[in-house]
Amino acid sequence: MSAAQVTEATVKELCDAAQLAVELALKAGADHAEVLVRDGSELTAKVRLGEAELVQEAGSRALGLRVLRNGKRAVTYTSDLRRDALESLCAETVTLADLAEPDEFALPPDPALLAKILPELDLYDPAVAEVDAAWALKQAIAGEAAARKHDARVTNSEGATWSRVLGATAFATSGGFVGGYRGSYASLVVEPLCDDTTDPTTPKKRNGYWWSASRFLAEIDPADQIGIEAARRTVATLGSRKVETQECAIVFDPEIARSIVGTIFSVANGSAFWRKSSYLVGREGELIASKLVTIVDDPLIPRAPGSKPFDGDGLATRKNTVVQAGVLSPVLCDVYSARKLGRESTGSAGRGIGGNPGPTTSNLVMQAGGISRAELLRTTKKGLYVTGLMGFGFNPITGDFSRGAQGFWIENGELTFPVSEVTIAANFDEILKRIDAVADDLTMRSSTAAPTFRVSHMTIAGTSQ
Amino acid sequence: MTTMLPAALRAPFASGGANAIDAQLANRLLGIALEAGGDYADIYFEFRVSADYALEEEQVRTLGRGITLGLGVRVMRGDATGYAYCEDLAWEKMAHAARTAGQIALGGGHPPVNVGTLVNIPTPSFYAVPTPSLMVPAPDKLALLRAADRAARAYDKRIVKVEASFVESIKEVLLFTSDGRMATDVQPLLRFGVRAVAEENGKRQSGSGGGGGRYGMEYFEQAMRDAASHGQEAARVALAMLDARDAPAGEMPVVLAPGDSGILLHEAVGHGLEADFNRKETSNYTGQIGKDVASKLCTVVDDGTIVGSRGAINIDDEGYTGQYNTLIENGVLVGYMHDRLSAKHYGIKPTGNGRRESFRSMPLPRMTNTSLLGGKDNPEDIVKSVKRGIYAKRFSGGQVNISNGDFVFSLSESYLIEDGKITAPLKGVNLIGNGPDVLRRVDMLGSDFELSDGIWTCGKDGQSVPVNVGTPTVRIASITVGGTQA
Repeated sequence: MSAAQVTEATVKELCDAAQLAVELALKAGADHAEVLVRDGSELTAKVRLGEAELVQEAGSRALGLRVLRNGKRAVTYTSDLRRDALESLCAETVTLADLAEPDEFALPPDPALLAKILPELDLYDPAVAEVDAAWALKQAIAGEAAARKHDARVTNSEGATWSRVLGATAFATSGGFVGGYRGSYASLVVEPLCDDTTDPTTPKKRNGYWWSASRFLAEIDPADQIGIEAARRTVATLGSRKVETQECAIVFDPEIARSIVGTIFSVANGSAFWRKSSYLVGREGELIASKLVTIVDDPLIPRAPGSKPFDGDGLATRKNTVVQAGVLSPVLCDVYSARKLGRESTGSAGRGIGGNPGPTTSNLVMQAGGISRAELLRTTKKGLYVTGLMGFGFNPITGDFSRGAQGFWIENGELTFPVSEVTIAANFDEILKRIDAVADDLTMRSSTAAPTFRVSHMTIAGTSQ
Repeated sequence: MTTMLPAALRAPFASGGANAIDAQLANRLLGIALEAGGDYADIYFEFRVSADYALEEEQVRTLGRGITLGLGVRVMRGDATGYAYCEDLAWEKMAHAARTAGQIALGGGHPPVNVGTLVNIPTPSFYAVPTPSLMVPAPDKLALLRAADRAARAYDKRIVKVEASFVESIKEVLLFTSDGRMATDVQPLLRFGVRAVAEENGKRQSGSGGGGGRYGMEYFEQAMRDAASHGQEAARVALAMLDARDAPAGEMPVVLAPGDSGILLHEAVGHGLEADFNRKETSNYTGQIGKDVASKLCTVVDDGTIVGSRGAINIDDEGYTGQYNTLIENGVLVGYMHDRLSAKHYGIKPTGNGRRESFRSMPLPRMTNTSLLGGKDNPEDIVKSVKRGIYAKRFSGGQVNISNGDFVFSLSESYLIEDGKITAPLKGVNLIGNGPDVLRRVDMLGSDFELSDGIWTCGKDGQSVPVNVGTPTVRIASITVGGTQA
């Protein structure tokens, strides 16, 4: 079945529900109330070896309430939006808040800062809703088949999945904000598998993937193209082996480079700053990365995956610089973290259904550099081209970074054999300062994006000499 | 189950509830689910109440509470699954979900199979909690947060910051299957956590402590599990790490401390032995039953029956009782962890490992409490046997690539071993290895088996479930340590 379209009427209905809950909360004794309502539906169609494996279809709705009373706060959520259920939720939330201790910084935002006119960002594509399970399965089958056909060494498959989410979000506060928007998102991912008998005594499986996603159906890459790229990437890992422990250059593939950019945000935001849980505290305005590094957070890009017309506090969203030519800009803040730091919000609040707002990113993009990827590789004498990272080895307070890595060995400017089961490590402060080349291959495939870039040296731990 | 729950914590679908679902109604829903020609269907009702309390800067900052109610309908035709869910117990909504899930069988289906007579599965009692913590007034829990905060601060004046949290939930499930099973369970869970930051001469480090499980407030009455002990542990780790030096890089022997080190096991072999990966031949352990996959010293079990443990389950999310399953016996692979689908594929009985995060997801083979059983070595002798290596004490997590077996796990507290003695603390570092490879290199096993205090959550296919792990002191002859000192 195709899904029901999310219409402006749906958004209006959610806005009304949010406003009703705000009123009920005030009636229950809240000084201030903020209500987030989400309505969404999903379709997941997964195939494996040409057969349907899973079709999942469902819709859900949830409401999150945050109240302030005498400087104290509580957060609750429910999926039951009936009036009597909301009344008891409001009463319970106010009672909970009374148990907290007052927080002088937990105040509603200045009403003058609330978003008044919401920009139209074109975030919803009706064509995504028109897809039915049968069509989604066909796409997945085509993607997987292309991968298996592309190379005989693709011997198995972890499947291919076409999925979509449609949704509407509404937010209302007793400070006077009410607004909502709708969005769509669809993706296809193909995950081929190879048998690796390079070392016949220890045969291994090698997996890989490739994907494409967009808010707009027509902007998703053709299924066979995704399958072929997935096969190419997977087959390339056959014969992966460790390398010796050493220091050398590290080049990050854009798929991994963007996770490094995400890590920068995790230590460059108002929440990490007031909690002092970042090694970057006190370094705004200073050089914290190579001059080649500029990172921008822009929620106002039409059609982009991370765009949004207002933030989790109800403030207007805006483009912010995170790092400008290596210099750390004022960090992204929501209203609360900004108050804790004695400054203004950057309009960067994110909010989940059952939580307090906190700083988040929208479209976080590391800007493209001036050389081609080919040139970047050509000028790398020896190093590791990283296509995968594993584990959670990052300490935000000290910047110590150590993660499992896989990729390809670079020798005299050429990618040679595949590498796995090694770690790469250095202090993050050094990693950012050692970025000595940024390529021009930036694409906006996802809400955090980066081009290929190179770090002059890090420690690889692998085999002992 | 002797727990008496107050009305607010009782599921509306439970017998006597506002929207009681009985066998007759379930039978009709299963019938609708199978109309299009499915072979099997099940309906999973879930009601979950959760609450969380957080202390920061010496103050209780936020209290939260949430209620989730819904049902998931699964229909199978062969190996294909149709899944739908709804958050409403109105008949039309439930019937719509059943029909949607049933569409997987459209075209090529056979005449509808008959739904068997629904018979109750007796529920064992691996977490008979007399009073779930949610029934205890909130101020009692806030007092625990304050006690942990005070204890961490009092531990040393270099402790400059403490965060403490308490998260609790109670989940009631009711399950009906078209092959005639009906099961219900009430699953309490609590988790207490403390994080402390120490500062000295401009250097900052953090440490954490915590635990929990399927307990009520009596959890905190156990030795070393009171709030203050968790606060002190967080402070201890933060202080120890202040002096941490850069870790070495390269292959060397590693000694794992008992308890939390089970994370290594969970990643190195646990996931690879979940039967879905083997049914699909995507795991390194595919076709290895009966073969040597680990050192002779290693016996690995997954045990859903450990009373009060975070990973314990009376019934899994497909209606099979929690069980003790041996996976590796003296180095030989003897079995996988199964859900209904994989058990059917292998022609064996389900092992009680079919778990799901919530009614919004289909069940998958998942771990419960996974342990490497104790050996014969004296733990002190194990450390003494190492000339130069690493002593791994606390972990922040791990990850595995099922296909090639590569796994990492991240150390948050570790020390250098020099000439058989534990010496300098090391900065956070990852260990990387290959599952089968590393288990073959286990060459000493302590007699000091410990189950971790319950803090771990396992993620797979976007679904999180609570698990636990355990090990004795373990020596691995050689593994790659991902430090910076080449």
